[in-house]
Amino acid sequence: MAVELDVFVGNTTIMDEEVYQLWLDGYTVNDAVKVRMEGGVMEECEASADVLLSDTMDQYRTFQMCERLLHSPSKLANQLLFQIPPNRQAMLIERYYAFDDAFVREVLGKKLSKGTKKDLDDIGAKTGVTLKSCRRQFDNFKRVFKVVEELKGPLVENIPPIMRLLLISGIMLPLFFFANHRFETGKRKLQYLTFQDFAFCAGQLISNWTVGAVDNMVEDMDVDLDKEFLQELKELKVLITDKDLLDQHKSLVCTALRGKTKAFNEMEANFKNLSRGLVNIAAKLTNTKDVRDFFIDLVEKFIEPCRSDRWTAADMRLYLTHYNNSAHILDTFKHQAVWDRYMVVIKSCIFKMYHD
Amino acid sequence: MPGKLKVKIVAGRHLPVMDRASDLTDAFVEVKFGNTTFKTDVFPKSLNPQWNSEWFKFEVDDEDLQDEPLQVTVLDHDTYSANDAIGKVYIDIDPLLCSEAASVISGWFPIYDTIHGIRGEINVLVKVELFNDLNRFRQSSCGVKFFCTTSIPRCYRAAMVHGFVEELVVNEDPEYQWIDRIRSPRASNEARQRLISLMSGELQRKIGLKVLEMGGNAVVGYLQCFDLEGESGLVVRAIGTACTLDKLSSGSAPNTNTHMHPNTAPASNACNSPSKDGKEPVFGEDLTSSSGPPTPFRALPTTSSSPPPFSPSKPCSRQSSSSDTDLSLTPKTVETVRSRPGIFLCPSSPTLSTNTLSLAGSGSVGCGHGSAPRATTPPPPSSIPSYTVLLRKSLSFTDDLLLAASGMGSGGSVGKEAGPLKTLLRQQTQTALEQRGASSSGLLLNAREFPFFTLTSFPPGFLLHVGGVVSARSVKLLDRIHNPALGNTRSYKLLDWNSVTADEPETRDAWWEEIRQEIKSHAKALGCHGVVGYSESTSICEEVCILSASGTAAILNPRYMREGCLDIGITDHRFEEPSPPSCGFCHIPYDELNMPFPAQLTYCYHCRRQKVPDVLFTTINLPQEAAVTGKGCLIQARLCRLKKKAQGEVNATAISNLLPFMEYELHTQLMNKLKLRSMNALFGLHIQISVGENMLLGLASATGVYLTALPAPGGIQIAGKTPGDLSNEHHILTIQKRINDTIAKNKELYQINPPELTEEVVGSPIPEPRQRSRLFRSHSESSDELSELDLSHGKKDAFVLEIDDTDAVEDIHSLLTDAPTPTGFYSCNTEIMPGIYSWTSGVQMFTSVRVFRLSNANLTNQGLNKIFTDLCENLLKSFYFKLRSMIPCCLCQLNFAVAVPEEELIQVAVTAVAMTFDKDQAQEKPADKSTTKGGSETEEQLQFPMELCADASSANTQPSSKISVSSLEHCSPLPEGRSRSLRSNRSFRGSPVTVVKMTPLSFLPGTRIIKYLGIINMFFIRETTSLREEGGVSGFLHTFIAEVFAMVRAHVAALGGNAVVSYSMKECMLMENPNKNQAQCLINVSGDAVICVRETDQEPNPSMANIGQTCASGTDGAT
Repeated sequence: MAVELDVFVGNTTIMDEEVYQLWLDGYTVNDAVKVRMEGGVMEECEASADVLLSDTMDQYRTFQMCERLLHSPSKLANQLLFQIPPNRQAMLIERYYAFDDAFVREVLGKKLSKGTKKDLDDIGAKTGVTLKSCRRQFDNFKRVFKVVEELKGPLVENIPPIMRLLLISGIMLPLFFFANHRFETGKRKLQYLTFQDFAFCAGQLISNWTVGAVDNMVEDMDVDLDKEFLQELKELKVLITDKDLLDQHKSLVCTALRGKTKAFNEMEANFKNLSRGLVNIAAKLTNTKDVRDFFIDLVEKFIEPCRSDRWTAADMRLYLTHYNNSAHILDTFKHQAVWDRYMVVIKSCIFKMYHD
Repeated sequence: MPGKLKVKIVAGRHLPVMDRASDLTDAFVEVKFGNTTFKTDVFPKSLNPQWNSEWFKFEVDDEDLQDEPLQVTVLDHDTYSANDAIGKVYIDIDPLLCSEAASVISGWFPIYDTIHGIRGEINVLVKVELFNDLNRFRQSSCGVKFFCTTSIPRCYRAAMVHGFVEELVVNEDPEYQWIDRIRSPRASNEARQRLISLMSGELQRKIGLKVLEMGGNAVVGYLQCFDLEGESGLVVRAIGTACTLDKLSSGSAPNTNTHMHPNTAPASNACNSPSKDGKEPVFGEDLTSSSGPPTPFRALPTTSSSPPPFSPSKPCSRQSSSSDTDLSLTPKTVETVRSRPGIFLCPSSPTLSTNTLSLAGSGSVGCGHGSAPRATTPPPPSSIPSYTVLLRKSLSFTDDLLLAASGMGSGGSVGKEAGPLKTLLRQQTQTALEQRGASSSGLLLNAREFPFFTLTSFPPGFLLHVGGVVSARSVKLLDRIHNPALGNTRSYKLLDWNSVTADEPETRDAWWEEIRQEIKSHAKALGCHGVVGYSESTSICEEVCILSASGTAAILNPRYMREGCLDIGITDHRFEEPSPPSCGFCHIPYDELNMPFPAQLTYCYHCRRQKVPDVLFTTINLPQEAAVTGKGCLIQARLCRLKKKAQGEVNATAISNLLPFMEYELHTQLMNKLKLRSMNALFGLHIQISVGENMLLGLASATGVYLTALPAPGGIQIAGKTPGDLSNEHHILTIQKRINDTIAKNKELYQINPPELTEEVVGSPIPEPRQRSRLFRSHSESSDELSELDLSHGKKDAFVLEIDDTDAVEDIHSLLTDAPTPTGFYSCNTEIMPGIYSWTSGVQMFTSVRVFRLSNANLTNQGLNKIFTDLCENLLKSFYFKLRSMIPCCLCQLNFAVAVPEEELIQVAVTAVAMTFDKDQAQEKPADKSTTKGGSETEEQLQFPMELCADASSANTQPSSKISVSSLEHCSPLPEGRSRSLRSNRSFRGSPVTVVKMTPLSFLPGTRIIKYLGIINMFFIRETTSLREEGGVSGFLHTFIAEVFAMVRAHVAALGGNAVVSYSMKECMLMENPNKNQAQCLINVSGDAVICVRETDQEPNPSMANIGQTCASGTDGAT
């Protein structure tokens, strides 16, 4: 004795956001029913477990039927099969293309190829995200990537509305940026950083160091770093190669810092090392290989030494602010503009990446 | 050649990939109408082709225009092999043939394939140029409007109701033709779809012709069904109500009902009532002689009761012994009435005259009205007159059968080989038919043979009295419909009904004819001359077919009828004393001395002047003006009966033997559940009996209400048969307590607190006995006796249920297992929920199907009942759960359809609509109601001045205006309009796809229908050979239903509409074979495409602007 068939079709398609999320998260029907029962829906409407199961199955079926449409969001708006109010459509797409931070953190900087897909199992095991959900996110990633790559012309105008939504939501762009430049993010030393940290840094890099950042004319999605700027960064080397300049810089910073922090002694002792580290990073960015290592370099050359000296975040702030500002007072240092453009990103990245 | 059809193929989108190599498609389109085909160019390598074709022109007869659908086929061009079909679109161009409906069809249609479902969309433009054809002998009936809506459509006014129209056409089912063995499933499905489309078109045309003949211009309550009889063929049949409708100039009246009012206000007060009511106090004094109406009739022809002769042959009641004389006198009466209306002394009556319909219903008896189950144990059917009558047909048929069988001898003629037997039967039927034809030729000349109306809601005043439910069933053996015109199987030239000699095909017609006759006679037995809320249905299993028809016997106001439409004609309707519209329809139409069944009559609790039954069962919607206490609720009786597997005649006999018991039990269940909810009337009663190979399923659904005019129902009392047994006694006590608790709980739940209950009902059921005796002095002694008898009966006595065995215990348990609806929910199977009047705009129509497999081979009836009941209950529960976000909300028009598709399967399909309402305003109308009621009673000479004076002071205005106000309010309270505008602005503006709302009701809350665009009647077949891949049967059906919705919406949008009202799924036939990974499903849906705009309420500016917008933008209507 069993229910052989059980369907419910509304003229306006009924979709429960909670069940949708469970579906997206890759729960099986039975697990979803359990979660819902614990959530207390049953009391809400005097329902029984059977009712809940039937409803969950029905919703899952609806979502599966919708999934094909979600793959090309523009179709969802003018398909005829499901009557879904636009605000609901937006919700469906938004949630469908949402990413788990934990997942994205793992995929970050990896090459989007089939090879990675095999690793989804590992990622799933590592992050606790279900395989189904990993697969969806990964496929979405590739799907969006493909659309963006095929785009020609000004990014903002040509991008389909749904993609724009994703870009604005701040996930797609960093992902894309990281994938594009193949930033190294997987090293053990970088494990402590979350996706949010990287996303923030990516935002900083994009808005300050790319071509579009200067002339506001983003031609395409290749958020490429401004080559000219990278070349100019070599000029900053003078800060460490010129002995006078280095000393002068150091004394200016130390004067400003004296008495303001407990870590002053360490700062004074390490100044040359740290300064060398930061300037060298700048000087090497013309190499693609070194661009990839940007984050690892920041950690190794700057963050780790500071952390071993037990700087607080406030110390860090204080130090970097004065380090940046003092360079302007150096009369023989002519590259103020480049310096600022460089340091604004470095400062905010380090602030973000320096966890106490 | 009076028509030119023009078609343009614009573009396609989202086409499927047909060429794997390029991942693209080379699509072109074939446009076919009749035998003419046009093709577009191939649009190479695109999934979104832009054909922008020329106008393809078809010059065709309007007859063909009505019958044929336009067929658009999208194909993929293939240079080397045959072109692959992508899919088809059938477009019914009927709406274009009516000047008042749509003028152009333009929009995106889903491209549908019976194997793959929807595969992309195509944009098509269709126009028709129609030339006037003045040929009197034409076969077409263009211009007749069809409505599925079972009430007068909202933007029309009924000038005349002509009456019942019916037609059926038969054909061979392509699925069973020899050619089906060699053609592909796709071809077979398409042949079937096309054939049914053709047959529907033809049927509609023929009904249209009948309507034109009658002088009407529209069919309302059009109900078309098809019977897939398998081997024996395909029957498409339709019934409807012919009317003459006048279009209301838009904006003049937001609501038909209000429009009707000027005319009907007096009529609604007029009340035709049994003879006793004919004695208006004034005359009552004169009529001291207790010899019955005939005497006063002659003396004062215009004023006293005149028993109307329903049919000349009918034996008349005691009271009207001289029926023939009456008959001859009636015309005179009319004359007098017309020429001298002044004769009326009745000062209160605004209308003409007294009227009476005393009824001669002595012999046969209608069923269903309801007091029969008062009996405590199920007696054999013979002791329940209603049932014997009800089933006379099936039983007699069986007799014939047996007779025939014995006549044939035992020469091994079993099952299929019993050909001669069938012939014999056929002959019998035919002779019976001939006889009938001969005997009733006079009747036939009268043209309106059946005073049936498929309507379920009526303009105020239309319905005078309601007698009760009448129904008839008949079990038939299907036989191949011999169809000589079908020699050539390839051409589906349909059989022309008229040209065929009255041969075998007549049987289907004759069968229905018999049933209708029976219904008619039942109605007469109830003292009614008409049947409203009439519907017909079939259930087929193998070669056995149960034909059912049911309706509500009623007396109607002849003002709306064409002369001769009803047997009685106008003669009998002189309007006598006004009876309040809120209770008039409850008053018994039959003669209380010759009650067709045992019933307890009391005086109306509302007007206290006329008698009402203790319970009232009807198939119609609750009349708008009816006074109701509390809220209503859905009441269902469910029943399973096992039956031995058998073939042919034996099977038919077994079924017809079971039917009476099933009807009886369903009825008892309904009655018990009604009492349990402390209600006294059922509306929208629909009893469905489905036959399967090894069981019969019965499902009765109705909406229970507490009619203020009817007496309060007594409780239910449990009695044990074995008083000695102590444990048993205890058991009974517990059950009794549970029942009492349930009743009390239900009273609270449904807010049933009849105000008079405590003072009057309990003490003396008929208040102010002095007045009463004065009123009814003229009654015959026997009449007094009867009322005394009623009183002595202790009218409020509990309904006794006896427990004598475990079965009874089970029954009571099942009675109590119906779970109450969760808080915030209400449900009913009528259009609107009695007691809820402030609908807001949230509307969610849905279809749900469940199939249950019984794995246990040896089930008992009890076990089956439990399973079936649980199935229905669980279904309801899951609706409540799914729709919980809409709370407070009401499920309306819950339409259950049960079937036994295979031996161990039970299928339940439900279509309903959930509508939100404003909880705070839910009580608004009742308040209004009471003033209305007060008003009408004021006019009624204030029989109870003490009680009513409070009301009366405020209610001196005409009741008509009151009603119009209230009905307006219940459509659009102010806040609702606001919330609605917010919602639609936010969510639907700018959507590229027109939002099409669907509802099984005849209206959409908060909106006004400004145009009816035509009928939607679609039939689809879907088949799969990859069931597992499509998600099993559930996945398959889910997709299919969603596709059907999508196609309906697309057609409506293409007609320029934004909603479908009176939507229904008439058929959902699913066949599966999981082992072969196959399934097939047939769905038939219908409805009315409309344009509706948000109601203009007290905010003229924004809403007016909106209307303008919607009208202007046509297809992208914002609602």
